Amino acid sequence: MFRLEKRPMPSRVWIVATPVIAVILTMIAGGIMFAILGQDPVEAIRIIFLDPLFDERFASFSRPQLLVKAGPLILIAIGLALGFRAGIWNIGAEGQYIIGAICGAAFGLAFYPSENPLIFPGMVLAGLFGGWAWAMIPAVLRTRFRTNEILVSLLLVYVAEAILASAATGFLRNPDGRGFPGSRNLSQHPGTDNLELVAGTGMHWGVVAAFIAVIFSYVLLNRHLMGYQIKLAGQAPRAAKFAGVNPTRLIVLCLGVSGALAGMAGLFEVAGPAGQISIDFNVGYGFTAIIVAFLGRLHPVGILLAGLLMALTYIGGELAQLMLGIPASAIQAFQGMLLFFLLALDVLSNYRVRIGREVAA
Amino acid sequence: MMGIDPVTLIVALIGASTPILLAAIGELVVEKSGVLNLGVEGMMIVGAVSGFIIAINTGSPWLGFAAGAVGGAGLSLIFALLTQYLLSNQVATGLALTLFGLGLSSLMGEAYTGINPPLTPDLFPQALRDIPVAGPILFGHDLVIYLSILLVAGVWYALHHTRMGLILRAVGESHDAAHALGYKVIRIRICAILFGGACAGLGGAYLSLVRVPSWTEGMTAGAGWIALAIVVFASWKPWRALIGAYLFGGIAALQLRLQAAEINIPVMFLDMSPYLVTIIVLVIISSDRGRAALNAPAALGKVFHASG
Repeated sequence: MFRLEKRPMPSRVWIVATPVIAVILTMIAGGIMFAILGQDPVEAIRIIFLDPLFDERFASFSRPQLLVKAGPLILIAIGLALGFRAGIWNIGAEGQYIIGAICGAAFGLAFYPSENPLIFPGMVLAGLFGGWAWAMIPAVLRTRFRTNEILVSLLLVYVAEAILASAATGFLRNPDGRGFPGSRNLSQHPGTDNLELVAGTGMHWGVVAAFIAVIFSYVLLNRHLMGYQIKLAGQAPRAAKFAGVNPTRLIVLCLGVSGALAGMAGLFEVAGPAGQISIDFNVGYGFTAIIVAFLGRLHPVGILLAGLLMALTYIGGELAQLMLGIPASAIQAFQGMLLFFLLALDVLSNYRVRIGREVAA
Repeated sequence: MMGIDPVTLIVALIGASTPILLAAIGELVVEKSGVLNLGVEGMMIVGAVSGFIIAINTGSPWLGFAAGAVGGAGLSLIFALLTQYLLSNQVATGLALTLFGLGLSSLMGEAYTGINPPLTPDLFPQALRDIPVAGPILFGHDLVIYLSILLVAGVWYALHHTRMGLILRAVGESHDAAHALGYKVIRIRICAILFGGACAGLGGAYLSLVRVPSWTEGMTAGAGWIALAIVVFASWKPWRALIGAYLFGGIAALQLRLQAAEINIPVMFLDMSPYLVTIIVLVIISSDRGRAALNAPAALGKVFHASG
């Protein structure tokens, strides 16, 4: 019989190895799924993981997309990971992302048609504030009334979606749009646009912000007292209490930072790749970022890599849809599978697998 | 209020509540065993699509409901294996279940959008249902609605008046103590998780076969999360879960009628009302320090690893 023996410290080797093994296992399981769907599994996996980067027909278009899609995922996941480390579960990033986008877009549209260069920074701040404020709802309810932040933050996603529908068809609708839903196009108006900074790379301000967030988060977690407190609160809540960690401050900080980053990501998206506020401009980055955070082991550098990989599955998924007619939802299932394998393999980092019965000590 | 008949409202309320009630009563049992499964939304939607597919292909809504329960239980088996044998974090695994379930269900249901499922018949004859007021409220439903109420009664009885229920609660309060007494903690929890999955799946199938009735991607729209909230609202008591679900169903049914009556409230507020009310109720319940903490299973969400 197999037996698990708790390791005194999580294995460093396995912490790095498990995401890699999980990706390989997901490719195999995904291949089986594609085979069931009547596709050649090897070709499907190649189209998803290799063609976007190396096929000369698609690479010129797909490579920049990698940063475009990884930017928001990394930005959101960096914030979420702080909370997850401390045992504070913000799973409503999608809602904070939507509200950030609405606030930022509303700020930009309020000055329309001005092209003042200060408008875009203002929009970023408005987006940041919107996401922060939306995350403060579960934070305040948790700290004042001990309400479960998992449920509140998630339920607020549906509230945010109702506000988004109303924004797209009502208060932010393009007055020159002949009654069609959707706001004015932000990405085509100088002053409110989030442009590609270096042509052909997909690098826009959101990607820059994501890289800065990675660096800040790394410094915070490794060099700052707050980062130590976050880790302590997650690993040993009782010890954290005795060490004088203020749980209220930690909850407000973790939810606030993750909300602000998600809100900013929403604004960068709506002013750039998405272009306008529409009923369904959000494509679930807020939820996929949860997978990115875990796949990156809640570590800033890991999240950077995981964000790029997850972006690749999005692009490869679109390509597979185009080339093989594989439905878009297959990729969502694929991403979910990846998280399963990762969580399943985690047992190897925290436990030693022993074969045979335990010898009585 | 104009154009809103209280009797039809009550009938609609019971229907609207049933999917959530089924999912909530299942999750209540799971949490009583000390396991927090946040994958209710995923199990519901997989139940909704598998029930729908089987009902369309066999022409029988009953086989559809059974398939929904099997689908939900099947998905929950992944959660059970991961959390019980591989000792994974329950919060993260539950989230993964929801994300995977949403993807898997839209993949499965690709070919089934825009079709109507076979009709689920009402249980009682027309003559009984024609009795004014009491007729439609007491007799105007299908089998699943009565089943959901029986299930609440059954769970209440089993938890509080049987040995099985006592063991389940013991496992949920202290898995170490239960293990020391020789109870099979992991086996009991897996059974509870499968029961929860089957209930959520049945609730999902009720949504796609009776409530809507058709299949659309993401059609559960947070029902699973509301079910989770109702368990907290109910302080882990079965009959309170019934009240919570009906309260929620009442708001959902009322807001739809208000939208149809074109009353002078912006649609936005009506759309968000079920979620807002759930949040407000959660706040009220959790702010009462004594009561919220009193009934929560002590080992909820904790990983059980028997050493030796």
